[in-house]
Amino acid sequence: MILRKLILSIFTSIAIACAINVALAKDATPLADDPVTEQRLIVISEEMRCLVCQNESLAGSRSDLANDLRREIRILINEGKTDEQIRDFMVSRYGDFVLYRPPVKPITWLLWIGPFVILLAGIIGLMVYLRRRNQRVPSTTLSPEENRRIDALLRDAKSSSTENAHD
Amino acid sequence: MKAKFVIPLLLFVILVGFLAVGLNRDPQEIPSPLIGKQAPAFELPQLADPQKTFSPESMKGQPWILNVWASWCVACREEHPVLVELGKLGVAPIIGLDYKDKREDALTMLARQGNPYLFSAFDANGRVGIDYGVYGVPETYVIDKAGVIRFKHIGPITMELLNKKIIPLLGELK
Repeated sequence: MILRKLILSIFTSIAIACAINVALAKDATPLADDPVTEQRLIVISEEMRCLVCQNESLAGSRSDLANDLRREIRILINEGKTDEQIRDFMVSRYGDFVLYRPPVKPITWLLWIGPFVILLAGIIGLMVYLRRRNQRVPSTTLSPEENRRIDALLRDAKSSSTENAHD
Repeated sequence: MKAKFVIPLLLFVILVGFLAVGLNRDPQEIPSPLIGKQAPAFELPQLADPQKTFSPESMKGQPWILNVWASWCVACREEHPVLVELGKLGVAPIIGLDYKDKREDALTMLARQGNPYLFSAFDANGRVGIDYGVYGVPETYVIDKAGVIRFKHIGPITMELLNKKIIPLLGELK
């Protein structure tokens, strides 16, 4: 009885908390009036990392900074800046880290080429291994003595199997 | 035959090495592209007196510290005593950038915890913060005589960082 009451009170308090949360939730940030601008904003910001919650894109993040940065990008779009200029704007402030696809330059060579180098090394390693394994199989030339022994063994096996069949 | 054991062991050691280095780094700390560049210019009203403005241009000729803070930021409160200590030493002027804050709240915090700043610029909408690549308050910049950013720290500064890095750097810049 006490347990049931306890569970009930927990549920009601959760329900109340949710209701308050809904009541206090902020309105969705208004989209730019122009759907074309908004579309470009999404395309650009999906390629960028939110710096506060690093696993989210700038387009998807609800953090305060992401909101501010989207506002900034919207302004830049309305000023007629190209995607390239907007990207430069972000990179000059937050570094290559904001880009999900970092530019190819000496410091990122390892990042871009590394996986292919490892793949190539793996393929080469595999080929060397296979070739060596093939060479290791000994050539099968038998001496006449060995051939005679094989024949004898085979003959024995045959006669014993026919004997077994008679049992 | 020996290689069969040595190679995997070697690879394992390399992997452990990479993991050890990775674990000891802070993923929140992103190298700033602003180091070695001119500190972005701005003009903002001062926190204590909205009639007056502050611009980094006015600090030219001496090394100085720009500290981005806000009253809503818990880590800033933690950092504040260190800044007060630094202010007492008088090695370089500390300018605050009060980031996306409410004026009264900011002034209350300074009244309560002490004011290490020569003055604070009031960045109400965080626009200047964006120019400085701020993404997590507190952030601290050391700017040299020529107005070039020489050092940036993200997160609260500690006494250790102050003594090992910031104060020696300021000495060099003088």
